[in-house]
Amino acid sequence: MGRYAGKRIVQGIITVWFIATATFFAMHAVPGDPLSGEKAMTEQIQSNLKAKYGLDQPLMTQYAIYLANIARGDFGISFTQENRSVNDIIKEHFPVSATLGILAIFFAGLGGVLWGALTALYRNRLPDTIIMFLVILGISVPSFVIAALGQLSIVNLNDLTGISWLPIGGWGTVWHMIVPSLVLGLSTMAYLTRLMRSSMLEIVSADFVRTARSKGLPPTQIFTRHQLRNAILPVITVLGPSIAAITTGGFVVEIIFAIPGLGRYFVQAVQQLDYTVIMGTTVFYGGFLVIMVILVDLIYGLIDPRVRLE
Amino acid sequence: MAEAQPTEDAFARSAGRQLLLLGLAAVAFLIVLMLALQALASMVGSSNTSAQALDPATNTITIALREEPPQLNTTITTDAVSGIVLGHTMEGLLRMSMDDRLEPAIAHSWEVKPTHATFWLRDNARWSDGSPITAADFVFAWKTALDPANASQYAFLLFHIRNGEAINKGELPTSELGVRTPDPHTLIVELERPIAFFDKMVTFPTYLPVQEKFYLQTDGRFGADAEELLYSGPFNITSWVHGASLMLEKNPNYWDHERIRLDRINFGYITSDATATLNFFKDDKIAYTTLEAENLDNALENRWQIKREQDGTVFYIEFNHRDTRVTRNWNLRRAMQLSLDMDELVYKVTKKPGYIPGRSLFPGWLMGVNDYLRKEYPAPEQVIDFEAAQQHLELAKQELGVTEIPEIVLLTGDNPVSNIQSEWVQATLKKRLGLDIKIDKQIFKQRLAKMTTGEFDMVLAGWGPDYDDPLTFGDLFASWNLNNRGQYDSPEMDSYIRQAQNSVVPEERMAAFGAIQQLIYDDIVILPQYERGVTYVVHPELAGVKRRVIGSEVDFTNAYIVGGGD
Amino acid sequence: MAESTAQANQFAPLETTEAVQTISRPSLSYWQDAWIRLKANGRAIFSLYLVIGLVGFTLAGPVIWNVDPAAQDVDQISLPPGAARVVTLVPESSSWAGGSATGSGLHFAEPPTTQHVRLAWDAVPAAAEYRVYRTTYSIGPERALGLPLFETTETYFEDLLDLRPRNYFYSVVPIDTTGQEMDTFETIEGTLERVITESEARDRGLLLPGETAPMGTTYTLKWHPLGTDYLGRDMLARLMHGARVSLFIGFLAPILYVLFGVVYGSTAGFIGGATDQVLMRFADFVVALPFLLFMILFKVVFAVGPGESGIMPMLLAMVLLLWPATARLVRGQILQIREEGYISASRLLGAGTGYLVLRHMIPNTMGVILVTITFAVPSAIFTEAFLSFIGMGVAPPTPSWGSMCNEGIKTMLTTPHELIFPALFISITVLAFNLLGDGLRDALDARMRNRE
Repeated sequence: MGRYAGKRIVQGIITVWFIATATFFAMHAVPGDPLSGEKAMTEQIQSNLKAKYGLDQPLMTQYAIYLANIARGDFGISFTQENRSVNDIIKEHFPVSATLGILAIFFAGLGGVLWGALTALYRNRLPDTIIMFLVILGISVPSFVIAALGQLSIVNLNDLTGISWLPIGGWGTVWHMIVPSLVLGLSTMAYLTRLMRSSMLEIVSADFVRTARSKGLPPTQIFTRHQLRNAILPVITVLGPSIAAITTGGFVVEIIFAIPGLGRYFVQAVQQLDYTVIMGTTVFYGGFLVIMVILVDLIYGLIDPRVRLE
Repeated sequence: MAEAQPTEDAFARSAGRQLLLLGLAAVAFLIVLMLALQALASMVGSSNTSAQALDPATNTITIALREEPPQLNTTITTDAVSGIVLGHTMEGLLRMSMDDRLEPAIAHSWEVKPTHATFWLRDNARWSDGSPITAADFVFAWKTALDPANASQYAFLLFHIRNGEAINKGELPTSELGVRTPDPHTLIVELERPIAFFDKMVTFPTYLPVQEKFYLQTDGRFGADAEELLYSGPFNITSWVHGASLMLEKNPNYWDHERIRLDRINFGYITSDATATLNFFKDDKIAYTTLEAENLDNALENRWQIKREQDGTVFYIEFNHRDTRVTRNWNLRRAMQLSLDMDELVYKVTKKPGYIPGRSLFPGWLMGVNDYLRKEYPAPEQVIDFEAAQQHLELAKQELGVTEIPEIVLLTGDNPVSNIQSEWVQATLKKRLGLDIKIDKQIFKQRLAKMTTGEFDMVLAGWGPDYDDPLTFGDLFASWNLNNRGQYDSPEMDSYIRQAQNSVVPEERMAAFGAIQQLIYDDIVILPQYERGVTYVVHPELAGVKRRVIGSEVDFTNAYIVGGGD
Repeated sequence: MAESTAQANQFAPLETTEAVQTISRPSLSYWQDAWIRLKANGRAIFSLYLVIGLVGFTLAGPVIWNVDPAAQDVDQISLPPGAARVVTLVPESSSWAGGSATGSGLHFAEPPTTQHVRLAWDAVPAAAEYRVYRTTYSIGPERALGLPLFETTETYFEDLLDLRPRNYFYSVVPIDTTGQEMDTFETIEGTLERVITESEARDRGLLLPGETAPMGTTYTLKWHPLGTDYLGRDMLARLMHGARVSLFIGFLAPILYVLFGVVYGSTAGFIGGATDQVLMRFADFVVALPFLLFMILFKVVFAVGPGESGIMPMLLAMVLLLWPATARLVRGQILQIREEGYISASRLLGAGTGYLVLRHMIPNTMGVILVTITFAVPSAIFTEAFLSFIGMGVAPPTPSWGSMCNEGIKTMLTTPHELIFPALFISITVLAFNLLGDGLRDALDARMRNRE
């Protein structure tokens, strides 16, 4: 297992290097000057700015310098937040996104498994129909509508009762996290519910479940030991990349609930063509994703002994 | 083996029970997780968001910002949100009063002569650390802003100072800047050429003072954090949690601190979502918010006191006047001018209150000699005439030697308002003139790139004022102006602009602006769409809030809580 | 103990004395069987009708409801379905230089109409200016006068802003020389009449060229069954035309990238070992690429000109960048199935790779694949909307459901129909796909075959 993990980490570093390289060249191939502003600049100022950010160097030199810098863990200075380092941006905002994301993932994961199992048990009966209806509604309405409605309902609740039940935005305490993380985790929860239901249904008719039943094992044991444990596997597969995606920030949720997460930097950087922030967040996200995928594969090996890690 | 096989139902029931147990375990787990997160959150920096909109006990108000200030380095700042924060924490030589007149600030008196301007500084003006603000602090700030190595985008605003432009081009060292400090409290600025409104220029953030000793000690991080700044204005930033909040506290060392009645301004939320900000206001979390057209009904229903102001910006359709473009043809532009009814756009399509249909490049709030410029030089009336438009279109086709006008590219940005407008322009020109308009929607940097290289026929553009003089709009279409993206080039226009720039006689200058306004209409340099307005609501117990056209767009420095604190 | 050895020649086949068991029912192939089971599933049939309905809506709809989806009706902007459409003909409005009557306080100088509201009032001696307010709610003690429309030094005002045929309260507040509002103010209430001028009537085709009509004639404006959007465009026509883009991208993109993901993932999972490692690391690489950045790049590479439809590059970009999630999922399932007893059994019986994958592995991962497609449909529709919004998808005025939703959200509280209708159609599409997916899964599930 140790050797396997070691091998995967080496592969991961190569993957991240690939991500950095592809993003670097794609970013430079995109038209538009990252240093341009709403008001025009003289050529003098433009070249001064280019010199300040090292954009006057040949592309390959910039690439070499950049690689050397990220190897040292230095992502450079942001183009739009001129005096802030990208390291600081990630350091300050990732914990916020991660905290929110962890809660959202737990809502999504636990909710998805429970609802999914429930719908599979009551297949084509009322609980199934109701939950499936909600799931379809949940995925057909875009997340920003759900976020806006979530916020609005808290406002109206506070307004009607005259008591401030929950804060409607901002950041600081766990109360601030409840509504945004529910909203953030909702679509993943819907997805996992469907996935769990479908994978439960496969398992119900699997040979080993029938064997277990005919052996006369108590239903509780069949359910947890055989069905749930096996049905949960695809959920875990999906969870890896989802964790990486959710914990690096939900742009919409962060804007609506005024949360200082990493997501808004991630999206705005591309729109503003902020080279260093694009690179910094992409490489960071890539690295995080690789780690999550490795973890999921290790967990896979633990839950399902049939899957050999090699 | 006597035990019977459990039936399907029994199985489901038993499994259901187990799921219930699992669910309960999950809820218990979530509670533990949340407690752990709470502990974690209290360790990570958090924003001060528990406050209500107004807190009379601590004399604090809470406001939302739409973005985070990128940085607060006054020598390189360009954006409006930084302008708001700097407007509360910094003060320059002069400032604008509550009724939009120039008034003394760090300088207690001043005079502007054709060759130079002199400012006499107060003895009691102090930085937030207690050290005196001297003339040298202004000189250092201006030299830094002009230093090519600093690459300040707004350095051009300092080109009125002698040698400013040469220094910024790297032709002269910064020591050659035409400023003198005979004593620490006198500042003499030599001017490149006579300029009528230099005193108005010094209210701009690029002209704010910077203390050299402090600047050097920040080691390139000047303005990046609360502790990397020294304040000359009414408030200090005591905490800046990036992306979350800024807390401003009254600056006891500010020379005019008796004027300030609030103890704290908490910029407690940062969100660009209009509906979210409205919700914060409704939930009594913030004391001020702007309203969008779609939120107006909500505001009416809540019976809020709504206020309205012009925000100073003018929006227009800019034509590309380059040789290769069909829009160079006057008759084609005239046909469009006769077809696009800006009243319809403003009153029926955008439906935003406070928007004024565009008639001129010069917005209505600009002052002329004695009255508003637009009263002294009324803008040409809008004429809508579809038949005449058709005739001009035919002429245009003849002149261009085509039977059908080729597709026209309308460049636009990716925001909802320009979306609606571009679709309206497209449909109207199709209906009235049969023109095919291609809408080229681009995100920010790509749109700028296309505007610079001239890859458009028409572009939806806007211009906000940098300083309080009609020239901030008037010189836009000078052949040498880099912001003249359509490269309009007319000796007539250039001569009027030179007249406005070089003269110090108000009557001559205003006449020049009047001529520019007429020329823009006659030659159809642009099609003015509207002057943007803003509607906003303020907490009923908060008084003294001021919206500004120039400088900090909203100003709480004179605000106070009615019947509270003080 | 006598030993006896059985010899082959001691056995002889039994005489056939009765007919062999005959197959009374025709033999069913896998697909026939699946079809029968699908037909028996009520929900699946319902969803089939839904799909047919959607296709009909998209293809036949524009023929039946032949309305230009780009035509803007500025008389009817953001109107909900069923709004009143009767208008009265009024004379051309001429410019107005103020009211003449004095001493009558705040009054309407002319009857208020949707054309204009003309107010006049008496001068207040100490006033330097007047501010005019408008609201739709009665003014209570809190002095909520509503929306400030304008400040004027004259004693008259003409309101043109977004006039609706409803009740308005206008108030005029004098402002003193210091810019403060005075305490006294006047309010007037009036209901606006929906009108149209002669030139407008001609323009809208209500009045034919050469035809004249007396003032006061009433007309009925064009009918919009599902109301209009923010530019007065017919919602029904836009939904029908928008369906083309949305269903195209919403069906094709997910099917293509899920298909690619299935092939990729099952290859990786089945072959395993070093190939699996390399393939999955490549998938990780693709997932981490910033989607928006590469979308912009694709647009450049494909030289999508201004105003041209970028739908093909968008489709390609979605297929190229979004497959890894499916690939990971399918690979995970294949890894699991690979170790199942029946695979080993099948292998021992000499089944080839292709047979194993197609016959055993893919059908057994079908449930998961269908779930993925189901969820990819709305996400593709919304991705298209987002990309169109930033100029990388369909060019205006081409509508799509996603972009209609995007526009509708802003006015969610005031004119909900602009959001509800497109969202409803997206929901129906997703529902149809979901139910059909479920039905197909059940029908195709080999294990269900012997359960009846």
